[in-house]
Amino acid sequence: MKSTYHILTILLLLLGTTARAQQTPAPPQQETISITGATLHLGDGTVVENGTLVFSDGTITAMGAGVTPEGRIIDASGKHVYPGIIAPVKSLGLVEIDAVRPSDDEDEIGTMIPHVRSLIAYNAESKVVESMRPNGVLLGQATPQGGTISGTSSIVQFDAWNWEDAAVKTDDGIHLHWPNSFRRGRWWLGEPRGMRPNKDYPDEQAAILDFIRSAKAYGKGANADMNPAYAAMQGLFSGSQRLYVYAEGEREIVDAVTALKEAGIAHVVLVGGYQAYKVTGLLKEHNIPVLVNEPHALPSMADDAYDLPYRLPKMLADAGLLVGIQNQGMSNFQTRNLPFYAGHVAGQGMDREKALQLITGNTAKILGIDDRYGTLAQGKSATLFISEGDALDMRTNQLSHAFIDGREISLETHQTELWKRYTGKYARQ
Amino acid sequence: MKWKLAIPAILWLGAFAFGQEYYPKNDGVKAADENYTAFTNARIYVSPGQVIDNGTLLIRKGKVVAAGSSVRIPENTVTMDLEGKYIYPSFIDVFSDYGIEKPKRAPGGGRTAQYEATREGFYWNDHIRPEQQALEAYSFDQKAAQALRKLGFGVVNSHVTDGIARGTGVLLALQDEGAEGDRVLEGVSGQYFSFDKSVTSRQSYPTSLMGAMALLRQMYYDADWYARGGSATTDRSLEALLAQKNLVHFFAAGDKGNILRADGIGDAFGVQYVMLAGGQEYENIDQIKATGATLVVPLNFPEAFDVSNPYEAGYISLEDMKHWNQAPTNPGVLHQNGIAFAFTLQGLQKQTDFMPMLRKAIQYGLPEEEALRALTTEPARLLGQADQIGSLQTGRRANFLIASGPVFDENTTLYENWVNGQRDILADMDQKDIRGTYTLTAAGKTFTLELGGKAAAPSLKVKRDTTDLKGKIAYSGDWADLSFTDGDDRYRLAARVQRDADNLQAKTVLPDGKETRLTLKKTAAFEAEKEKEAKEDAAPEVLPLTYPNIGYGYAALPKQEDVLFRNATVWTSEDAGILENTDVLVRGGKIARIGKDLSPGRARVIDATGKHLTAGIIDEHSHIAALAINEAGHNSSAEVKISDVVDPEDPDIYRNLAGGVTSIQILHGSANPIGGRSAIIKLKWGQPASEMLYKDMPKYIKFALGENVKQSNWQSYSRFPQTRMGVEQVFLNYFQRAKEYQAKKDAGQPFRYDEEMEVLAEILRGERFISCHSYVQSEINMLMKVADKMGFRVNTFTHILEGYKVADKMAEHGVGGSTFSDWWAYKFEVNDAIPYNAAIMHNQGVTVAINSDDAEMSRRLNQEAAKTVKYGGMSEEEAWKMVTINPAKLLHLDQRTGSIKEGKDADLVLWSGNPLSVYSKAEKTYIEGVPYFDLETDTQIRSRMAQERNTLIDMMLDQKDGGNKRAPRMNRRERLHCNSL
Repeated sequence: MKSTYHILTILLLLLGTTARAQQTPAPPQQETISITGATLHLGDGTVVENGTLVFSDGTITAMGAGVTPEGRIIDASGKHVYPGIIAPVKSLGLVEIDAVRPSDDEDEIGTMIPHVRSLIAYNAESKVVESMRPNGVLLGQATPQGGTISGTSSIVQFDAWNWEDAAVKTDDGIHLHWPNSFRRGRWWLGEPRGMRPNKDYPDEQAAILDFIRSAKAYGKGANADMNPAYAAMQGLFSGSQRLYVYAEGEREIVDAVTALKEAGIAHVVLVGGYQAYKVTGLLKEHNIPVLVNEPHALPSMADDAYDLPYRLPKMLADAGLLVGIQNQGMSNFQTRNLPFYAGHVAGQGMDREKALQLITGNTAKILGIDDRYGTLAQGKSATLFISEGDALDMRTNQLSHAFIDGREISLETHQTELWKRYTGKYARQ
Repeated sequence: MKWKLAIPAILWLGAFAFGQEYYPKNDGVKAADENYTAFTNARIYVSPGQVIDNGTLLIRKGKVVAAGSSVRIPENTVTMDLEGKYIYPSFIDVFSDYGIEKPKRAPGGGRTAQYEATREGFYWNDHIRPEQQALEAYSFDQKAAQALRKLGFGVVNSHVTDGIARGTGVLLALQDEGAEGDRVLEGVSGQYFSFDKSVTSRQSYPTSLMGAMALLRQMYYDADWYARGGSATTDRSLEALLAQKNLVHFFAAGDKGNILRADGIGDAFGVQYVMLAGGQEYENIDQIKATGATLVVPLNFPEAFDVSNPYEAGYISLEDMKHWNQAPTNPGVLHQNGIAFAFTLQGLQKQTDFMPMLRKAIQYGLPEEEALRALTTEPARLLGQADQIGSLQTGRRANFLIASGPVFDENTTLYENWVNGQRDILADMDQKDIRGTYTLTAAGKTFTLELGGKAAAPSLKVKRDTTDLKGKIAYSGDWADLSFTDGDDRYRLAARVQRDADNLQAKTVLPDGKETRLTLKKTAAFEAEKEKEAKEDAAPEVLPLTYPNIGYGYAALPKQEDVLFRNATVWTSEDAGILENTDVLVRGGKIARIGKDLSPGRARVIDATGKHLTAGIIDEHSHIAALAINEAGHNSSAEVKISDVVDPEDPDIYRNLAGGVTSIQILHGSANPIGGRSAIIKLKWGQPASEMLYKDMPKYIKFALGENVKQSNWQSYSRFPQTRMGVEQVFLNYFQRAKEYQAKKDAGQPFRYDEEMEVLAEILRGERFISCHSYVQSEINMLMKVADKMGFRVNTFTHILEGYKVADKMAEHGVGGSTFSDWWAYKFEVNDAIPYNAAIMHNQGVTVAINSDDAEMSRRLNQEAAKTVKYGGMSEEEAWKMVTINPAKLLHLDQRTGSIKEGKDADLVLWSGNPLSVYSKAEKTYIEGVPYFDLETDTQIRSRMAQERNTLIDMMLDQKDGGNKRAPRMNRRERLHCNSL
């Protein structure tokens, strides 16, 4: 026993010397790889038992129960394969340590700044981003935070040398925080805490709509002088970009959806949607998908049921809406819990494969990257991972392999290194 | 007779009879007034229980000479025939701030806190100001006095509403004429206390309710020490406090929970406070009654919310809606429970709401006699002035009201308010009552005019046949001016009222502009009774209380039951491990038997086939269910107790139950190296705080290290310590002082009782355990070395995110670790936090718990425990112990709870599946055999709440026509955490 520890220690020490900061990005896929004998969770609501999945040059070439393996074979008997999980509307890579201001690049000043772009600030060497991977979270939408129009996001993959490498979809969407019809009491001015009607709500809405109308007009005319903010909005009218509108209350959702559709925005995605279950008809009518808040949240109204946040994703999906889960309001490190959010929703009665869609296939559709990502299918990117057991349950979410575009990425992190270093320390004693 | 109103001064009967009679007079000749004044043919309320019909009140020189049915009237008497009018003692408010200059807010502020006192020669804390005298801050306020007289008040006890110890009150008569010598009835009358700091000082301590409580306790200890000659210097605050010892002590509790808090302090120091109530005492009336305190009760019944907009109505909590419905019952409930109380104007949004609110209290069950008592004899008794004010017996001050009828009736007019024998005319009582029904024939048409409402300010309804017309009336002196319109036709009338005729003769301007003189013929007398009866018929609907009286409260408290869980998978958290197909019998709140095929006896059988039974989850680090978390005013706050501020009505209690949590330690926050004492509670939802607290609660205190105590993450540069180096010095210094303190005590030397030092001495004696907020390895190591040096042991490191780096040292010290499953990266000191921490510490022999420090995470601690399986490969059995028996061990509760073992408390959770699985949920949560959470009950509660909400919204919509327009709002409890200041 002692000698095994000894060997382990030496191994760990060697590891420790080679990997100091960030795991080295994997090289492009060299040979064809086949995963065999696995339960394939496709991310579209279906499962293939005892399946084989073949990919080469980063793309899935064959998949199914009767497929012949070729190239390097990974025997995954009894294991589970999933599409890479996608983290929407997060500031991953834009802030490293919440309380350390120099490490924070997520919120620029200004209220309507669509021209501010996240991609160029995305830190491809973030230790927090790295820590997503051992749980199966392989892609994310690097998203500016705060203000009314926070800026423009880009979709990135989590194994890259730099932000150009990381980009999966550049400048994919603009993020708009709808005002609230209620506001918190300014207790520091002597008002009681709690919520009261926001008298400025109509004005705040008007300001947004004026901005959108102006941006639209700007796009039609010949402008001698450049307006960067208006210019940045044009993709919303042409349909090449999505508008992510953040709204929680029933009234705010109704206002936002009605006004934005009237303003001629092609693709609107609702983010948050705490009371979206009260207006599913309207959302369905306008074909609005919802990136719903993470279930690990307390009810925000005193009298709401304790399990409303647990059940909400299912309630929306049952009403026929396209639903994904995000945890925009949480610290970035929490985003590695995305699989467990889906698991928790399944525990409240949703079919497990449907719950998986909330963090894979559905999210890819909502973000507009479903041509390559989000599901396991022939012709799609080999962005996937192998887990020893059910990846939605923390007890069995144990990754043995993960691939981004067919590149086999490291599952080590700053955290696993420390774990091994100190386990080694005690083994030596 | 308008002149009577215009020049009331000449009618100040007896105004010069007392007061400055020995002053020299240079503007005339001295004239004594020895006359009597008699009020005859009145219904006299000598006191609430003593009524004289058709009686006479005789006064002279500002005092009552006699009140009775056959009073001999001397010859030098001015007599006023009241013709059946009512006389009452005038009202008294013991909790007034009338005439007191508003304390000025101290300038400055800024980001850096002020830790020192600004005064010298007074108490060490600026917020203790017992030397403050309301008399000094008082000046006569004619306008305010007049407004109070108009409401029926004659005397108030006024005080400076500022500070924790607020000093003495002053008893003031509200008369206009005369000098202060007449008005100040008692220069030092009662002393006042509160939990609120003075606005005149920026001294930081105390920043919390529990700090204010500790400060009050220390104030009393210090006063005692001072009285024994302990202090070498003069302290004017303590001297005043000691000198005022025998005055009545008023406490501005202002809240049902604060009444209990203040009473606890009073009990410890032999003081019974008279408490200012908050208006929600009806909710915990038994506890309020048990204090034995007399209350001063506000009439602050909330207005109905405007619920016409369904979106906005959604923001109003059931709690707030119910309070609107139930609050008016408060005075009646107090009376029914035999609690003595006086009313106060404090808390009213507008003083003029006083009478309407009082009538509402009566409508909701308060007998009129008790309402009168609470405004007259009760306040007089509280102030020790019952022989002076509050009633109209011989020798009392002539402070009384003359009213047209029963004083609380809506249609009663208050005519006069006499203070110290000085008359103030509020309404002309000689004015004739012209109310009734009249007919008028004008321009060939016949109109019916109904004059209703108050005698002094009648209202007008006009009809032609059955058509309602718009009209108005102004009645002043002897003239009634009426006008109404019939289509485009306008009629204007001015009638001179005649004493001896029922009909009104009116100069009339007809629609065509012609002037004529017409007669309004009185056809029927005014019927006030009719309206009143209609009102009484519609007795207000009051919703029943729940426990607690907020959302998700129980209609009836759940009862302890004997149950047999049949055929469960039992996670014992003991050496017995996980037992399949096992029965667990609960009897008398304890786990009675564990085995197969147990006989239920009388126990209810719950089929647990396919389900998992575990001990209830214990959260070592929680901040729910508390009204304060940090006392940040000093860098050591061992004197404060979270158990002082437990909030049994925090909805997060219920939500935690739904996650299988049964016990929590509510820790002080991490603002200070030495924090405050913990409360350890069971989540007995619906019970008062005293029932939630563990009996023989193990004694704990929170310590903290690192960025929070260094104040690293905000702009604060003045408080010691600013570095980890300084943190060590704080501990060394405090423990050294505690040792010296204890030595002095042990040697029998005189000493100043110091609650903070007492607590630290408990740690040194091994009686109190430390749970220390900690992150990086250097500081963890440091505290263990400080402990070794000072001779105590650290019980628990909480958070302990770098515990894995010093796990061997921790095991050697014998300290446990209570950690997050996977938190990191939120601040610099958690950059090396790893989710494998729990497993590594466990493997080194440290007792490890997974905690939450978060109201949301705590309700799924089962999932957090499961993460130790993923990160570090813990076995499921050991993982489960991290949220049950391990925290129980860390809290020294493992003999009582934390595992399924015969003889232990039946704190149990029935799960739908494996408790560590993300797919499982808690179906039933028991505490000591009481089902505090049950999925089925939860469903029933939800539907009851929906019904109640509907009912209340309907009631509010009905009310809205009455003009209530309170904007909807959501009163949200502030959710507290480690850093909450």
